[in-house]
Amino acid sequence: MAVQQDDKKQSLWARLNDNDILYSFFHSPLAMAAALVTALIVLSSFGAPLIAPFDPFDPAQISLWDGKKPPAWEEGGDPAYLLGTDNQGRDMLSTILYGGRISLMVGFAAVFLGMFLGVALGVISGYVGGWFETVIMRLADIQLTIPGILTAILINGILRSVLPPELRDEMAIYVVILAIGLSDWPQFARVARGATMVEARKEYIQAARVIGLRPALVMVRHIVPNVMRPVLVLATIGLALAIIAEATLSFLGQGVPPTTPSLGTLIRVGNEYLFSGLWWITFFPAIALVVLVLAVNLLGDWLRDTLNPKLR
Amino acid sequence: MSLLEFKNMTVEFPTRRGVFTAVRDVSLSVDPGEILGVVGESGAGKSTIGNAVIGLLEPPGRLAGGEIYLKGSRIDNLDEDALRAIRGKRIGMIFQDPLTSLDPLQTVEQQLMETIQLHLKQGDEEARASAVSLLDRVGIPDPGLRIKQYPHQFSGGMRQRVVIALALCADPEVIIADEPTTALDVSIQAQILELMRELCRERSVGMILITHDMGVIADVTDRVAVMYRSRLVEEGPTEKILGNPDHEYTKSLISAVPRPDVRLARFPVVEYIESAGDRRDSIDVATHWLGAGRTESGGETMLRVEDLHVRFLTKFSFLKKNRIYLDAVDRVSFDIRQGEVFGLVGESGSGKSTIARAIAGLYRPAGGHIHFAGADLIEVRTETEMDRYRRQMQMIFQDPFSSLNPRMKVLDIVAEPIRFHGLASGGAETRQIVMDLLEHVGLGAEAARKYPHEFSGGQRQRISIARALATRPRFLICDEPTSALDVSIQAQILNLLKDLQEELGLTMLFISHDLPVIRQMCDRVGVMRHGKLLEVAETEALFESPQHEYSQHLLDLMPKLGALSHEVIAGLEMADQGS
Repeated sequence: MAVQQDDKKQSLWARLNDNDILYSFFHSPLAMAAALVTALIVLSSFGAPLIAPFDPFDPAQISLWDGKKPPAWEEGGDPAYLLGTDNQGRDMLSTILYGGRISLMVGFAAVFLGMFLGVALGVISGYVGGWFETVIMRLADIQLTIPGILTAILINGILRSVLPPELRDEMAIYVVILAIGLSDWPQFARVARGATMVEARKEYIQAARVIGLRPALVMVRHIVPNVMRPVLVLATIGLALAIIAEATLSFLGQGVPPTTPSLGTLIRVGNEYLFSGLWWITFFPAIALVVLVLAVNLLGDWLRDTLNPKLR
Repeated sequence: MSLLEFKNMTVEFPTRRGVFTAVRDVSLSVDPGEILGVVGESGAGKSTIGNAVIGLLEPPGRLAGGEIYLKGSRIDNLDEDALRAIRGKRIGMIFQDPLTSLDPLQTVEQQLMETIQLHLKQGDEEARASAVSLLDRVGIPDPGLRIKQYPHQFSGGMRQRVVIALALCADPEVIIADEPTTALDVSIQAQILELMRELCRERSVGMILITHDMGVIADVTDRVAVMYRSRLVEEGPTEKILGNPDHEYTKSLISAVPRPDVRLARFPVVEYIESAGDRRDSIDVATHWLGAGRTESGGETMLRVEDLHVRFLTKFSFLKKNRIYLDAVDRVSFDIRQGEVFGLVGESGSGKSTIARAIAGLYRPAGGHIHFAGADLIEVRTETEMDRYRRQMQMIFQDPFSSLNPRMKVLDIVAEPIRFHGLASGGAETRQIVMDLLEHVGLGAEAARKYPHEFSGGQRQRISIARALATRPRFLICDEPTSALDVSIQAQILNLLKDLQEELGLTMLFISHDLPVIRQMCDRVGVMRHGKLLEVAETEALFESPQHEYSQHLLDLMPKLGALSHEVIAGLEMADQGS
């Protein structure tokens, strides 16, 4: 028989090495470095309660007397506060770790929301066509004429004004997620629709229809798994954009409140003290944001190049 | 001295999984005015030879050994600039797809003149005159007018003529034609081949014609080289190779070509060619799950198509009267009796596939009736009601590379219809049925754990067949099931379909553009053109005495290979009986 039966004998390593994506990954130093940095930031952010020297949300650990301390190596620095403290006496390193966690959570959730909405609408548009497609895609076109961040600010503003004031701070993070997610979906919808139209013409879709599968099942079982490649590439790059969007919203004072600061909030708070010489309050969160976004972006670029042979 | 000659050519493609040798130690030569055919199945390395000669190997391919001579001077060690001067000027090229070989944004005139002026240093007027006379020579009517047009304004056959003109315009000494007629219909194929034949003689140009099609080889070539798995297995005058080949591979290749002249019970089983994948009769159809839907062929009508009318909207308008439609199927009527194989034959665009898809419920007809199993499918309104008929009717598609969901395991692909229609009583039974089906189509049960990309084209087509059988259908629609496959694989798949049809008493609608295949497979045939059904006849009657003039025309165009290879097949049959 021509059907090979030796695949069980192959070691795990041989099979991993056989995988084109992994091969490309292990032969791209940039991608590996980016993945390492991303993994480091993600792990340390989500492990913040375990590794951060202080808990910036615990008032018992904060003392205003320790406020505005420069980093440990500067004159007047305190070795307990490696990267110095902010105006309220919170340890910068701990705050960045906790802040990074919020930034990442918002980023992931917003991209997931945008991806879910975009893929759902895009796949239905591409498969069903007709007036549904026209309406959805024109909506997407209209939304794309406005910069994403403006859409996010608009949605954010509307949602905030609808919420009762006492819930605003509590719900802020969800509002931001919703705002960024809703500003994000047209990209996903376009990509998903394009890929769906290509897939829907293929004969395996017709075979599924001849079997009798209803459109919903055809889309969920056959089309969605086959359009996810380009969508995931977009999602990786979208993650970086979502993190920036959150930082921008927070920097403008429209995002998460200063009591549970994200990287953007930290940069904003620090910005007020920049001209009084307290550069570290804004500098370190900004560096953390840049490194995180850069690493995620490089990872996204590598993924796009690997999955799209035409660009090689 | 030969015009073009290569000695011991070896082409390698280094990959990270090792070096793949696409062409191994091949020596060939072409003389002026001669057409050398290079024939072989996909992956045999025939196209690589053509690309290597003109220095257009796709990276990372490289010429690893051998020498290429053009009129006695060596060209394989030239640098890129020197090669570019030869390419197009002294060696012309014709590729398979005429649509992608022409620039869609330039008129034919611009493209021809650019090439002429690049190579021949003629002035504008002179170049234009040569371009017009070339178009005239390749048989384009009104060349003075049509030269101003863009490639999309030409039909496929006309476009390939333009490509030929483009290849000829620098007066090359050698032309390399890689599958020049594969994308064309038979009637156009015949004209193009005729044209190439004439031009070669007239201008004493040497041509290397690369093709997988034995019919093309028989029609125009003087000599043939047969490639098998990157090696040259046999070379010689066409009549000798086709009529009395020495090598076993050539014999099996020729015997696998469906014969147009007589109907055989089965295709000759070819031992030489890869993994014939013989079916193991592991299950007894009479008692197995698969046989439970079996119906005896009683001769009554299974499917009646009445005045079927399918049209596509080509230009949308809000006003109904301004919409423009294309009548893909124009009031076609026929019926298919239980247990018979009904063929539909016609050129591309004749509407035969549209009929199949309308019957399968993929298109909604604009009018007419489809009576199947006692109901008019057009009248069936609810999906649940439709499921009853869907289960009895399945379809096998043309392209084995797109008809299987690449993200599903073979087990799930074949099990999907069983699960959807609830035909098995549980997971374990479903799994067992899938394994049995895979065994039955000659794949082996271990295939269930794999993904489609791990299989070759022929094996994938077997998976498609297993999936179609998984609803226990009574009626099977086969839409060009083997036109994407090599001839040897085609023979295996057609034998499998024949066996299944007999075993399970299936009724089939068999669609093909290939008349010899139709003759081997079908009991009755309908001939289609431009959406209309011109003639329906018993297969043998159609082939012996076609009534409609278009049927006659199609039959005339059939490759005459069969007549040449009688002795080969006779020889094989003798050997068969002897063993």
